[in-house]
Amino acid sequence: MALPFLVDGASGNWYDIRDLSNISRLILENADKVLPQGIVYVLAPLIGFVASFLIFVLPSQLIVGVYGERKIIGRMQSRYGPNRVGPFGLLQPIADAIKLMQKEALTPTSADRAVMYIAPIVFVAPCVLLFAVIPFGPRMILANIPVGLLYFLAISSLPVLAAFMAGWSANNKYSLFGAMRIVAMTISYEVPLVLALLGVVLFTGTLSLQDMVFWTKEHHIWLVLLQPLAFVIYFICVSAELNRTPTDIAEAESEIVAGYLTEYSGMKWGLFYGMDIGYALAAAAFGATVFLGGWSMFGLDRWFPPWLIIIGKTHLFYFLFIWTRGTLPRLRSDQLMTFAWKFMLPVALANLFVVATERIIWVKGDLNDVALYGFAVLNIAIAAAVIVAWSRFLGYRPERNPLKPRMMKEARGYVPVVAAAKGDGR
Amino acid sequence: MDGFGVTAAFWVLAALTLVSAGGVMASRNLLHAVLFLIVTFIGIAGFFVLLSADFIAMAQVIIYVGAIAVLVLFAVLLTPRAGRDNGETKMAAPAWLLAVCLAAVFIFVIQDTNWHVLSTSPDLSAFDLGEALLGTWVLPFEIASVLLTAALVGSIMLARTPQEEAEDALA
Amino acid sequence: MNVGIEHFLVVGAILFAMGLGVALSKRNAIGVLMGVELMLNAVNLTLITFSRFSVSDRPVSGQTFVVFVITVAAAEAAVALALAVSVYRNRDTVDVDRLDLLKS
Repeated sequence: MALPFLVDGASGNWYDIRDLSNISRLILENADKVLPQGIVYVLAPLIGFVASFLIFVLPSQLIVGVYGERKIIGRMQSRYGPNRVGPFGLLQPIADAIKLMQKEALTPTSADRAVMYIAPIVFVAPCVLLFAVIPFGPRMILANIPVGLLYFLAISSLPVLAAFMAGWSANNKYSLFGAMRIVAMTISYEVPLVLALLGVVLFTGTLSLQDMVFWTKEHHIWLVLLQPLAFVIYFICVSAELNRTPTDIAEAESEIVAGYLTEYSGMKWGLFYGMDIGYALAAAAFGATVFLGGWSMFGLDRWFPPWLIIIGKTHLFYFLFIWTRGTLPRLRSDQLMTFAWKFMLPVALANLFVVATERIIWVKGDLNDVALYGFAVLNIAIAAAVIVAWSRFLGYRPERNPLKPRMMKEARGYVPVVAAAKGDGR
Repeated sequence: MDGFGVTAAFWVLAALTLVSAGGVMASRNLLHAVLFLIVTFIGIAGFFVLLSADFIAMAQVIIYVGAIAVLVLFAVLLTPRAGRDNGETKMAAPAWLLAVCLAAVFIFVIQDTNWHVLSTSPDLSAFDLGEALLGTWVLPFEIASVLLTAALVGSIMLARTPQEEAEDALA
Repeated sequence: MNVGIEHFLVVGAILFAMGLGVALSKRNAIGVLMGVELMLNAVNLTLITFSRFSVSDRPVSGQTFVVFVITVAAAEAAVALALAVSVYRNRDTVDVDRLDLLKS
């Protein structure tokens, strides 16, 4: 305890290096004395924006987002991945960006120019907004609003509209297919996602992400142990909404050229590509905050900068995305829809029921933390049992006579099931 | 409610909401009208934040922007040959006359009334709203859930064709 | 210049009038639906304004009402759009001027 200012996080000293917000607070407080009233409101978001980008988004996207993903996937597929540009291929993302900027950004003559121009901008803006409610430390949070979880859900429903605008404005049928698919997917997977998060909210009794981390810290247990089923549902739903590879039917290159990105080129395409990783990181940060305990780490956060802990956990979560991307084949459109409505939704409801019961028992019985560990063991068992039982109930076999997705009919590619069953096929 | 931030936010939001609502009525392309409608929804959510109703603001964005606007987009795309035209009926002129008269009456009444208002914001959180919904208003709350189920079933039944029902009977 | 209750109510009133105009004058059924959504939003804004400003012993009631309005709006949108799709299947149009079979 020789260096008390390094240990006592609540001391408020700006030189406490574990909490970077102290520095920005110092700047803002002094600026408020000098500058005329009101300017500081403009300055604060600017500092927050620059700081969050410098600390988190930029290095994550450049080093881990693009380079790490390609390298890890390369190793998973028994190849080297990028290794030519710079040491170990580290400069590959920069080379890609330079290449993209040199390309011409084409616009088809029959496209809706205004909408096609706005779509990438609408796609980028929510990604930046999402990081506002992620807590990076005890006081290091840009906007500690009491409905942070809802804010995250609300903002994360905006990029779908941008993808739709992109797909529709290009006036290309593949783009339109991609747009329709992403919209249908998002509507379907939003339901179990919200139900899974509702269980978490029910147990912690708060909608604020910061309070959720404090709850985790107080009870010494991560919510992933307490609600494994919710974690699984969150992971699958979020990877479906983000168009990560096992579920990326909206831009499936073997079916519909590149989905809603077909007509985009140059840096407009680059914005979509980069922000896909940005959204994946935001979802990973959110998942790490809610399920993996955020910046707390069983007491380690007293000695170690909390923002490094949350960044580490975010990348751990992001590795799960890379892992599924590298190992699972792509699913079909109707399979994904069936999975959302027939599997995820009942399982999420079962999870909600179990969580509500346990919450009542925990509160009415006035139980302590040990009961939570009991609940954790019980819930892991229940999660495994529910998943196995429900997949048995649904048949647990590939569909022998799959129905074509309804939208195929609009595309004139519809084959009546009656004809297919008779054996004359197409 | 005073202070530079609140005033500026109000005027910016009012301009955003009303201009995009004007876009809904003026744009000739139905898809553009839907996009303007989405901007209007977001502007209204901004007003809710300004009026310290955080929970409602987030619910507004999730439900209106995330669900209803997307449904409208779907409906536009599923009725392709009906045209993307957002034209007006023969009765447009009387309709607008009625709308303008209504707005005039509303604004006159609002300016004329002597409002008896609170000076400070009542401290309402999502917790209070939840208590009210599941306490005082629990019966309407349950009826709303029944209404949603009925609407879900009803819209599925409406949108099905006899052809699809025959397929499902076989499958 | 302070922002008071009148400012919010005037915005709500203008928005309502615009929604009414859109709902009455558009030819496309989906356009009419968008007008209705605008009117519902204006009503929500007015309710929240009263919940924030008015002197009452239970100010949360305004917000509660908005929750119900949003619920009903969602149900209404789903049913109305299903109707539009259904009408389109039968008549190949969603133009409300041309849906006049009863006029003989």
